[in-house]
Amino acid sequence: MSGEKRLTVREQKIKKNHLKGKLLFFLMLAVLLLFMAIFAQYICPYDPYEQNLIMAQKPPSLAHPLGTDRYGRDMLSRIIIGSTTSIFATLLLVAIITILGTGIGTVCGWNGGRRDTVLMRISDLFLAFPGLVFALAVAGVLGGGVHNAIIALAVISWPKYARLARGLTLAQKNAPYLMAARLAGSSTPKLLAKHILPNIAGPILVTSVLDIGTMMMELAGLSFLGLGVKPPMAEWGSMINEGRSMLQVSPWMVLAPGAAIFVTVMVFNLLGDTLRDYMDPKQRNSYCSHVC
Amino acid sequence: MSEMILEAEHLKKVFISGKKSFTAVDDVSFSLQRGHCLGIVGESGSGKSTIARMITHLLDMTEGKVILKGKDITNVRGKELRQTYREMQMVFQMPMESFDPRHTLGDGIGESLRNIGMSRGATKKKVEELLVRCGLTPEFAERYPYQVSGGQCQRAAIARALAVEPSILICDEATSALDVTVQKQVLELLFELKEQEKLSLLLICHDLALVQAFCDEVLVLCQGKVVEQGAPDDIINHPQEEYTKKLVDSVL
Repeated sequence: MSGEKRLTVREQKIKKNHLKGKLLFFLMLAVLLLFMAIFAQYICPYDPYEQNLIMAQKPPSLAHPLGTDRYGRDMLSRIIIGSTTSIFATLLLVAIITILGTGIGTVCGWNGGRRDTVLMRISDLFLAFPGLVFALAVAGVLGGGVHNAIIALAVISWPKYARLARGLTLAQKNAPYLMAARLAGSSTPKLLAKHILPNIAGPILVTSVLDIGTMMMELAGLSFLGLGVKPPMAEWGSMINEGRSMLQVSPWMVLAPGAAIFVTVMVFNLLGDTLRDYMDPKQRNSYCSHVC
Repeated sequence: MSEMILEAEHLKKVFISGKKSFTAVDDVSFSLQRGHCLGIVGESGSGKSTIARMITHLLDMTEGKVILKGKDITNVRGKELRQTYREMQMVFQMPMESFDPRHTLGDGIGESLRNIGMSRGATKKKVEELLVRCGLTPEFAERYPYQVSGGQCQRAAIARALAVEPSILICDEATSALDVTVQKQVLELLFELKEQEKLSLLLICHDLALVQAFCDEVLVLCQGKVVEQGAPDDIINHPQEEYTKKLVDSVL
């Protein structure tokens, strides 16, 4: 390829190992976050639910590294305990919509026909509706609580994945390698699982990892409106909303959970990006693009 | 008279898009004997590939009948269809694109073997044998399609087609994407295999010289219809139809 810098064998190896190292690094950070979420109650320096009005709205200090909120609860402890709700609820939600949406989209794209038309019009219906308003309606019908918030958001969010998966499946559908696989005696479920899914997984995976941040915020939005996490339960989004009115007096009440969301979203985004690069064998060891 | 392997009767394919319809293949019949090579020639769009895809059920036929070893396979579906693929394999025009970019060549070649229930170990051994037989080394099993050249990839594709030991090999422009020297190597490999395995070949191409050198019989296709059929030497030296003359003249 003209214009592109030629890499020596050594540089290629470094590049390859670099990618692997990057992936391991972000994976480690993500695992660290998950560990924090799993063992939250053992890590907390204070009881995250114990109110102490004398200590209310104290700025960060050695005793309370992230300050206290308006009820005198330690912010650090609340952020640590809040990670359980924030991270697991979000991951569960993203997993549900990714699996559901991809499943529906792939089958629609592969089979076509009337089922495809019907399901895609339904997904259009959901896409045409303002998401959060619809989620509000669903959560309103089902009642408050984290589980219902997840269901409400899942109901409105799957069409994005269905559309994406359908488009990607259609692009792959007539690829010669699928004909070859069919001639090799692979049944349709095998074709979908072994050939289509791995080939469309990259963009879907990146979308879903990027969606972790969005979904975290939407769950927080529902919590704010009283349809998600209920106080006094700690959750990063609802903590931001609690501190919103105090932004000018005690900014740490917003900044601390905000930073927690920022870091978590960042880690998952970078992980998704690196994972995509790593999963694509062409990116992994691209010596052909330099030879050809 | 040797055994008849494949018979295609009155094949017809009509593509419909909106209100328009287009007849890609019109009333094409032919038969193929064991160990013989039948060439189908014609310009682009004359329906050659459509015929190959109809026989292999990659495309539904509008009308016609396909008989494989005396058994009518026109309407077979599902498991039965997968059974017929053990008799009939195909090599595609684009070698690189006929392998899944996310699987190694070894996985691609072994897929059919795994599908018929061969164990992982036995498949690996057989794949290596096949690679060697097709002029590659066993190491190629570990490579990805974009890590090999077009010619090497096409050899791997032939290895894949031979894995289930079919009686018919359909080559749909199998050499068109390759340069001349590699083309010759791949063809020689095909014909060596034809002799060794008593393989029947259905060679779809647009190269008349190639057909003359390798085929026992040739079918000239023009706009989906058979315009001439017979021994390649007769057709090339004494073309009867205007279209065939044009084809012969256009050879450089």
